[in-house]
Amino acid sequence: MAEITLVEAVNLALHHEMDCDKNVVVLGEDVGDNGGVFRATVGLKEKFGLRRVIDSPLAEALIGGVAVGMASQGLRPVAEFQFQGFVFPALEHLMCHAARMRNRTRGRLTCPAVFRAPFGGGIHAPEHHSESVEALFAHIPGFKVVIPSSPQRAYGLLLASIRSNDPVMFFEPKRIYRTVKSNVIDNGEALPLDTCFTLRKGRDITLVTWGACVVESLQAAQELSNQGISVEVIDLASIKPIDMNTIIKSLEKTGRLLVVHEASRTCGVGAEILARVSESAMCILKAPPKRVTGMDTIMPYYRNEDYFMIQEQDIIQAARELVEGWK
Amino acid sequence: MNVQSLPMLRFINHLGETVEPLPAWANNETLVTFYQDMVLSRTYDNKAVALQRTGKLGTYPSHLGAEAFGIGIGHALQPSDVLIPYYRDMPAMWVRGIPMEKNLQYWGGDERGSDFTPSEDVHCHDLPFCVPIATQCTHAVGVAAALKIEGAHKAALVTCGDGATSKGDFLESINCAGAWNLPLVFVINNNQWAISVPRALQCAADFLSEKARGAGMNGVTVDGNDAVAVHDCVLAALDKARKGKGPTLIEAVSYRLSDHTTADDASRYRSDDELQQAWQYEPIQRLKLYLTNIGAWSDEQEQAWLQECKSLVEAAVDNYTNLVPQAPESAFDYLYESPPAELNAQRDELIHKVMRMQGGHHG
Repeated sequence: MAEITLVEAVNLALHHEMDCDKNVVVLGEDVGDNGGVFRATVGLKEKFGLRRVIDSPLAEALIGGVAVGMASQGLRPVAEFQFQGFVFPALEHLMCHAARMRNRTRGRLTCPAVFRAPFGGGIHAPEHHSESVEALFAHIPGFKVVIPSSPQRAYGLLLASIRSNDPVMFFEPKRIYRTVKSNVIDNGEALPLDTCFTLRKGRDITLVTWGACVVESLQAAQELSNQGISVEVIDLASIKPIDMNTIIKSLEKTGRLLVVHEASRTCGVGAEILARVSESAMCILKAPPKRVTGMDTIMPYYRNEDYFMIQEQDIIQAARELVEGWK
Repeated sequence: MNVQSLPMLRFINHLGETVEPLPAWANNETLVTFYQDMVLSRTYDNKAVALQRTGKLGTYPSHLGAEAFGIGIGHALQPSDVLIPYYRDMPAMWVRGIPMEKNLQYWGGDERGSDFTPSEDVHCHDLPFCVPIATQCTHAVGVAAALKIEGAHKAALVTCGDGATSKGDFLESINCAGAWNLPLVFVINNNQWAISVPRALQCAADFLSEKARGAGMNGVTVDGNDAVAVHDCVLAALDKARKGKGPTLIEAVSYRLSDHTTADDASRYRSDDELQQAWQYEPIQRLKLYLTNIGAWSDEQEQAWLQECKSLVEAAVDNYTNLVPQAPESAFDYLYESPPAELNAQRDELIHKVMRMQGGHHG
């Protein structure tokens, strides 16, 4: 057992599953010799060979479509897009084919593919390298959408995603690829794809978040605890389907909902959570729910990026407003 | 310009004359089978259009004029090969053993039309119809890559129209198939029209097969109205693919004798003169002339076969008409392997709505 980073946990899960299941193949740009631009696939080519670790031409639509074709023949492709901002040429294949194959053929063919992409801002990257568009994919019937926020969950959720017989969009928070280290046991145990994870117990506020924001959310919860406000922090992890049971159960205790996400606010996943809470649990709320989210702007270039990232202080302020009443 | 006058591989011309010695496989028995299948395809097609006109079928894309294309391809594939069709490929799928009523089901608004298999004990890996243009080409690359990884001596074959060759998906696919040396055959049904846009506006190259050059593979242009030429060329390309010698791009030059679909009216954008000229070159008459001239087909056989086609198509239509509709909630049942709990409430909601709309008589 060793302390590893989130991106190393992704790599570990890929190694484990390629070792166990010869139908698992990895494809994408630079995934072979280079081991991926973030090194998520490092060592795979050496261990599993060129037939199963495939450097694709520089064509994202192709990567999406090839994964659909491979999956239709019984392979389990894990396709890498270098950044979420470059997924869009493949959107037609993801939306019109991957997510539909089982339904279209009444189960004759399926699409057990995983589409991985690093997402989110905060690493001072060039334009198109900082998007958070998980909501786009959560809107598509037929997909599962997963975002890990720790090395353990990256390992367990990626295993589950590869073993899933349905297509999974697996978005990795690249800002915390290497900032968080923890022990991961390489025992092949998958985590459930329909459950969120309660990271910290609390009684005053239910804070639902995912991805890199989990870090600031936990820091804020600690600081708020010093100020006498007890925050329950839930990592959503499975963006689709959403585990509302755990959220509602927490709200029965706290009565206050705070959703924190890096993606833009309008039609974000936070809007869906607030809508569902208002539909089914309005009466248990002690205050109107709040969101701390990215702005409805295009992600600014990196000189101004920090102003647009969620800060611990943003979360603390929103939490205090939730508890102290609203104007 | 009469596209039929361009140089291309042809064995039997529109007058039913052989312009090249026929390949060894092209014996009378095989060519009679091709002819019969083409006549059946057309009988089916006429019926499907009629069903649409009388409200018994949804929008339907006719394959009138593409019979040699489909039958030539269908007979070249081995059962273990994988076909990745585009939406006008009913003839090839029928030769693969997919019942005609499956095609009616698909265009009749029933997803079960793509749940097909040639026989009960065979799992069919062929892909379903692909409506978004050229996207099937990238799936075919994935299929062929899977076959190569498997190490099986199998090939994949994908079809598309001339309009599809303008799309990035097509170009990305031939490029990748070349780079990966895949067991894959691309066959373009160049029927001169992409709805209302003529071939000349799609691409300035004389031949769409020239695109193969940039992808590092062989490209050939054949007379898509000559079943012998289509079959011969596809046969060779599939053989080459199965032997690990890489992909081929085949352009089959034909003509879309029908509207794009039953929702289209081609008289808005193309002249009757052009259509009449195209009919001189259509695929079925030339093979009939050839077979009749060599004494391999007679008027009596023709009458008997037309009657047989009518019965076969009527039987398929009966099967289609007598199908019990799917329960509307089946839309939930094939979305995921096991539906997430959050979908159950919506499923119940739909069931209640259906009961309301059906007056409380939902089974």
